Amino acid sequence: MSDATTTLTPPAREAGVPKLSVDGLTVERSLANGERIVAARDVSFDIAAGEFVCLLGPSGCGKTSILNVLAGLDRPSAGRALLDGSPIEGPGPDRAVLFQDPALFPWLSVRANVELALELIGVDGSERGDRARDALASVGLSDVLDAQPHELSAGMRQRAALARALACEPSVVLGDEPFGVLDAQTRELLQNEVQRAWMGSGGRTTFLFISHNVREAVLLADRVLVMSARPGRLLEEFRIHAPRPRDLDDVLVGRVVSEIHALMLRDLDGSDA
Amino acid sequence: MRRLAHEVLPPLAGIVGLIVVWAVVAATTSSASIPSPLAVWDALIDGLRDGTIQEAAIKTLVRLAFSFVVAVLLGTGLGVLLALNEFARRAIRPLIVALQITPFVAWVPLAVVWFGVSERAVVFVTIVGSFPAMALATLQAIRQVPPLYERAGRTLGARGWTLYRRIVVPAALPGVMAGLQQAWGFAWKALMAGELIVVAAGATGLGHLLAGQEHDVTALLATLAVIVAIGVAVDYVVFGQLDRRIRARRGLLPDA
Repeated sequence: MSDATTTLTPPAREAGVPKLSVDGLTVERSLANGERIVAARDVSFDIAAGEFVCLLGPSGCGKTSILNVLAGLDRPSAGRALLDGSPIEGPGPDRAVLFQDPALFPWLSVRANVELALELIGVDGSERGDRARDALASVGLSDVLDAQPHELSAGMRQRAALARALACEPSVVLGDEPFGVLDAQTRELLQNEVQRAWMGSGGRTTFLFISHNVREAVLLADRVLVMSARPGRLLEEFRIHAPRPRDLDDVLVGRVVSEIHALMLRDLDGSDA
Repeated sequence: MRRLAHEVLPPLAGIVGLIVVWAVVAATTSSASIPSPLAVWDALIDGLRDGTIQEAAIKTLVRLAFSFVVAVLLGTGLGVLLALNEFARRAIRPLIVALQITPFVAWVPLAVVWFGVSERAVVFVTIVGSFPAMALATLQAIRQVPPLYERAGRTLGARGWTLYRRIVVPAALPGVMAGLQQAWGFAWKALMAGELIVVAAGATGLGHLLAGQEHDVTALLATLAVIVAIGVAVDYVVFGQLDRRIRARRGLLPDA
């Protein structure tokens, strides 16, 4: 029986070259009125290959900004972001991104969306059809291969996005609160889907999800990195040892959830004072 | 069937209503300058029987097709260029907007000076009258592509030309279609104005036909009816349906 324990910041460094590494990262964002705000300040953490990490924090703590830097979509103002020890220069299919919006292309069918992703990584035309069908079948979408994205429910669209991401066999999956707008039941189904995908990858795929939902973070992650309110910095790290697949009714899961909740509330109180 | 009735009935009622009003006005005024719908119908049949209308319509449509294709290629290319390059956009966009605002008829005298009273002058006016709409619509369509699609495409490994061809262009297609429809409208109007004013010896076309019918109101109205019918048919049947299909596929129709 595993057990849920807490370790204190700074996070323990893993042995060897981490899969993802963030070192003294500061990210600024421009607002519409031209003002610049510091979204995240001096954040450092490492993620080992095959790990599932959740970056948890209140809205506006800069967690999306950090994820976008790791995705290669944005540049940091200071500090470094590394993939396998090398600086991240831009986006690439080795790092799949699940956005809050499923970001399926509305002019393509569900199947064609996955096929396009395969085409972009250079999969042969003859193979694409089968691989797309398999990927969609693995998330339970065999019945709607030829539907257009707008004909699916929000949950099915996010499932299709997950299939599109996993079909390309990325080494990293970055999730930007991909289930944030779904209803509780659908969200739970998709969380299970993600857990299965991660377990099925047998340590080949590293997952980094960001979330403001404590239960989701504890349910999914090996490690939960808790961020402060803006400008976000790392407050504390929790290592979750509960057995998988996890269940929110699990006592250990429940205990860590309340502990993290308390920590986040203390931080919000402090920053408001 | 019910849907067909729903779609066809109202415009049909409008047309029938118009003809009824026209017939009443014609009957009550009984002036030579307002012939009855029936007389115009007869003139139309006559024109079709002796082939003058077909001949003129075909000439006009060939001219239109050529000018429209040139305008669309020019407009789309310019729109893409302006979307890609900020300097070009800031330098050239105001000029295209100015061109778009200028009434195309104003180009006719210059066209005649440059190309003489000729086919080329008419084609010139048509192209100048329609390509700005295409260029501006293409530019706007590309700039309005949601950044999310581009970001998603880049994380999937698309970049450079591939990103443009596979993600940005398809995403901009509904807006480009709107531009196509608009450019068609402008081309049609400009061509009619050009044909009406620039009448070379021996030239045929619906506009030229109109120009020669000043003293025969009945024939003039028959030609006008043909011009209206072609305009509406292409706008509604070709572009309207294409636009609907593209939008329906993407879930952009309110009732889909």
